[in-house]
Amino acid sequence: MQPFTKHTGLVMPLDRVNVDTDQMVPKQFLKLQTKQGFGRVLFYDWRYLPGEKPNPEFVLNRPKYKGASVMLARANFGCGSSREHAPWAVADYGFRVLVAPSYADIFYNNCFKNGILPVTLPDQQVDELFRRTEKAEGYTLTADLPNQTVTDAHGLRCTFQIDEFRKRVLLEGLDDIGLTLKHDSAIAAYEQARHPSVNMYEPVDAKYSPTH
Amino acid sequence: MTPRTTYRKIWDAHVVRDAPGEPSLIYVDRHLVHEGTSPQAFAGLKAAGRKVRRPDLTFAVMDHSVPTKNRTLPILDEAAAGQFQALERNCREAGITLFDMFSRNQGIVHIIGPELGLTQPGQTLVCGDSHTSTHGAFGTLAFGIGTSEVEHVLATQCLSQYASKTMQIVINGKRHKGVSAKDIILAIIGKIGIAGGTGHVVEYSGEAIRALSMDGRMTVCNMSIEGGARAGMIAPDETTFAYMEGRPFVPRGKDFQEAVARWKTITTDPGAKFDETITLDAAQLAPQVTWGTNPGMVASVTDRVPDPASFHDLDQQKAATRALEYMGLKPGTPLMDIPVDRVFIGSCTNSRLNDLRAAARVVAGKHIAKNLKEALVVPGSMVVKAKAEAEGLDKIFRDAGFEWRDAGCSMCIGMNADVLPPGERSASTSNRNFEGRQGKDSRTHLVSPIMAAAAAIAGHFVDIREWNVDPVE
Repeated sequence: MQPFTKHTGLVMPLDRVNVDTDQMVPKQFLKLQTKQGFGRVLFYDWRYLPGEKPNPEFVLNRPKYKGASVMLARANFGCGSSREHAPWAVADYGFRVLVAPSYADIFYNNCFKNGILPVTLPDQQVDELFRRTEKAEGYTLTADLPNQTVTDAHGLRCTFQIDEFRKRVLLEGLDDIGLTLKHDSAIAAYEQARHPSVNMYEPVDAKYSPTH
Repeated sequence: MTPRTTYRKIWDAHVVRDAPGEPSLIYVDRHLVHEGTSPQAFAGLKAAGRKVRRPDLTFAVMDHSVPTKNRTLPILDEAAAGQFQALERNCREAGITLFDMFSRNQGIVHIIGPELGLTQPGQTLVCGDSHTSTHGAFGTLAFGIGTSEVEHVLATQCLSQYASKTMQIVINGKRHKGVSAKDIILAIIGKIGIAGGTGHVVEYSGEAIRALSMDGRMTVCNMSIEGGARAGMIAPDETTFAYMEGRPFVPRGKDFQEAVARWKTITTDPGAKFDETITLDAAQLAPQVTWGTNPGMVASVTDRVPDPASFHDLDQQKAATRALEYMGLKPGTPLMDIPVDRVFIGSCTNSRLNDLRAAARVVAGKHIAKNLKEALVVPGSMVVKAKAEAEGLDKIFRDAGFEWRDAGCSMCIGMNADVLPPGERSASTSNRNFEGRQGKDSRTHLVSPIMAAAAAIAGHFVDIREWNVDPVE
């Protein structure tokens, strides 16, 4: 995973509460078997008119936000479906930082698997960032993970909280499967002690059954 | 010893490793896999040269994209066919039990887990699907995970997790006739909001929860995620054990009795503390209908479409205005005056046998309204379908003008051909009414199975209480 330390980028404001992952990547794109290329379909139904013509009304298509890499969002961002296609699309489009008052649990967790820093700030600070983004041309923010700050070029400075372990995973771009596999002996010991198993007592109509 | 919640007991029994400043490593007893969120996980595993650690604890099924009719015909949707082939290949290579679309046990992953007895009290169960919370109805710690975590579980049979906060939702009193499990959970979400449960695992309790059948309890736990909760659970009791006995993966005889004794120990201890407690009175609940674009935008069927100005919060006002525009609704319209174009009875929320029985009682001897373009019944599993047919429910539905289909996620998510067309309005027993959920620009109203059935007959929403239909559960 791409490590994250510090990032400065153009801010795009998405002024809606409860943005769900169905909006980020609609169902028709859940049949693809790769993790790449989802940036093109991010916010598909909001972003495109029939014939995939960009909808000029949607914020992502406004020229002033072209090339944005910081998304400013509202409460409960990423609610609904567990689809990781949503953070894949966010990252593939080029967003590296999210700033919102709150996130849905699964989406928040998925961000850390994909090198995206989801910053949580209080409502009032997020409101202020919305005001600044909408007023200024080319408004940028810098997210500094080691120092846990979000700053702009005009003296605004917000600090944010983040779990230490998640911070380290992002900073070092760690492979968390690799981390867990280091504890293989603990997993084996658990299995020895508790014998997790499934037994079949009546045949079912299935393929490829292992040893039940 | 400090009194513990069901959640805490299951958590404690599954900790593989705890280290200061790190998430806990939690063992996963059951991993359910479907074609939609697993291909990238298997590909990642292969790319890293890793193996599936416990194929014997992993079970796969095709459900999200499967057609619900004419299954023996070739799959024309190439992307869907690719998903099926990938799942087939991945299961074959790893030796994972697969229920493909021709299996007599095929069905929606959250329907077949409990139905086969794979879901058991006191266990941990995960799946790359947010409605995994369904399995919590058995006193199972069950939650949805992303594809990276699917890969993590395949490789290690564990998950790195932080313990959640706990919320107790107590539903006292008795439901009135015509008020279903679906109405309980919709009313809960209406009360706490769609982010009300964020960061929490919910335990549902109280007289009205105890009175529910397992099918009803699964409906309640299923939509925990729509209230933002990580998981929802109900402590197991005699209803749970009676449901489980004799299922294919449930121990028999003396082993079953021993298992029941063990399962009884996981109920929340008296005096155990929850971080939050919410209380509702089931007797106060009316049938619910959603009017907006998330499950928290819900009202009693006797209510009117709300005026966005009536919300206190500015963000909520904006969201309601936008939702009404999307839904094509005017403030003040009685919900019962809203006509529907299509009716969908199905999904992991409401496609179990009791759901179909209840809906069949409503439509028996009647016919769907002239303005209905389509009315679908999609049983949650092929086993549910077979049982329903043995009771003659298929004939009741067909005679009433409904289509009777094969099992799958179908119009809840519209990944197959079962899509709600643009601008059309559904009464749907599914779980999400997000913009575009059932089809681009489609309009979804979430309701219980009997409310959906009645809307099909009347052509618009009705207060099912006035029809005086005897309840199934």
